[in-house]
Amino acid sequence: MRSGEIAGQLRRSVVIAKKDIRIYYVKGPVVIFGLLIPFFLFLAFTVGNRFASLPFLVSGLLAMTLFFTATAVTPVIFPWEAQARTLERLAAAPITIPALVFGDVLASLVFGVGITLVPVGIAFALGVVVGHPAVLLAGILLGAVCFSSLGTLLSVPPANAPQNIMMLSSLIKFPLVFISGIFIPVESLPVWGRLIAVLSPLTYFTDIARYSVGEVNAFPIALDIIALAGFAFLFLLVAMTLHARTLPKRL
Amino acid sequence: MTTGPTAIDVRDLTKRFGDTVAVDRISFDVRSGEIFGFLGPNGAGKTTTVRMLTGVVRPDAGTVRVMGYDIVCDPVPAKQQMGVVPETANAYLDLTGRQNMLLAADLYGVPRTRAEGRIQEMLAELGLSDRQDHRVHGYSKGMRQRLILGMALLHEPPILFLDEPTSGLDVQSTRMIIAMLQRLNEAGTTIFLTTHNMDEANQLCHRVGIIRRGRIAAIDTPERLKKTIDRISVILVGFDRRVETEMLAALPGIDGVTGTDGRCRVSATDIDTAIWSIVSFARSQGARILSLDTPAPTLDEVFLSITAGEG
Repeated sequence: MRSGEIAGQLRRSVVIAKKDIRIYYVKGPVVIFGLLIPFFLFLAFTVGNRFASLPFLVSGLLAMTLFFTATAVTPVIFPWEAQARTLERLAAAPITIPALVFGDVLASLVFGVGITLVPVGIAFALGVVVGHPAVLLAGILLGAVCFSSLGTLLSVPPANAPQNIMMLSSLIKFPLVFISGIFIPVESLPVWGRLIAVLSPLTYFTDIARYSVGEVNAFPIALDIIALAGFAFLFLLVAMTLHARTLPKRL
Repeated sequence: MTTGPTAIDVRDLTKRFGDTVAVDRISFDVRSGEIFGFLGPNGAGKTTTVRMLTGVVRPDAGTVRVMGYDIVCDPVPAKQQMGVVPETANAYLDLTGRQNMLLAADLYGVPRTRAEGRIQEMLAELGLSDRQDHRVHGYSKGMRQRLILGMALLHEPPILFLDEPTSGLDVQSTRMIIAMLQRLNEAGTTIFLTTHNMDEANQLCHRVGIIRRGRIAAIDTPERLKKTIDRISVILVGFDRRVETEMLAALPGIDGVTGTDGRCRVSATDIDTAIWSIVSFARSQGARILSLDTPAPTLDEVFLSITAGEG
């Protein structure tokens, strides 16, 4: 593909992202899975960990917020569009499926980053010192891309009922939260838990958040960044490839 | 009709779903400036064909070239040449009519300044100007279909694909869409249309292709297709009084008669002999012939004859 064509497709991805932002941010499943569930999960976590340090709680809140918000939008879009019969129009438009998927990821990324800035503000308000703001910002951006791509990947099965996809995504998302060092630090997990934790992208973002607010981190920060970027690239690539295969089955 | 070089070139196009061959090595072309009707019973492969022509579904074999671009190898420039009104498509219900139009303009790369003018033109032509800032959720089916047509035409494509564009619409919307298609074609747009409505196909299409069980069963002009079917001729005759149909039915060249009160439908094995028999019968009965018509086969009859036995 020539550079002009790539620019054209990127421009169309932005068009898709703007459309998604207008339509999907206020959809019920997005509000429930992206805002309400992480909020109540954090409340339960805070009440159950009254003796944990504030930076530990804040880093957990950051990780949960970014993970749940960034994975809330993308699983909804493909099944919703198929059910609402708007997908065939997009499939017939001069936009490639990778560009379509990237547009959805962009919309989710903006949602994830935007909402995650709220707990960052809360952290400042509570007097938590963010010692490494550049690392935290890079982590939030990479994490948003990674989790948005994961959300898109979860919507690959050609089920056209959004609730089926949300159920499937919950089956994967909740276990990840428990083995990624949010509630229990990775270094405190049993060996089998640590082995599973390294396979979760959320582990690396949680580690970045811990490091940024001065808490103990489990891995070297460069490894966290590389792992998060690697997961982001892998999820995005696989989502683009698989959606190209399953999109016609949705019509 | 003014037709030019090939706009759509289809060669040996094939699509399978599991063991079922939905479209089986079909070949045809559509010339620039033509309105081509694609007819067939439910499940014959019409929508699958349109989806392959518009790049929505990838063919298993064969080629499609749209204005010279291969739909599989060069999908983006090929899709840029066409406007598509899919059978089951919908506009975004959460957006307004104008926002839907802007989305289509952005996807097809219409510059914003040009798009604003085009959108107002299209909305006015489609009778949607008053409702442009209302969410599509509140539109009727006819309004939604008109909006979708407008979205497909914003970038002024040389080819327009429509899959059952007037199915289930009210008379007003149907007429508006048909009139618009005629105007577009007069201005040079090539139109590929699938429909179940034979009157529509007869009225609009320069040529029609009939697909049956995934294969092309016939392609020709509606007039030529009508001439291809053999059938017992029908004569519609009106007398100025009630006549004995049994007597008429017994005359040479006449196969059967139905009707009452002087209006008869005569089935004729030999139309010339039958007309002479009718005239002689009228004289002998002292009756005057008020009307006599030998209607040609309709496209409906052609379609039913070609697709006989399909559900």
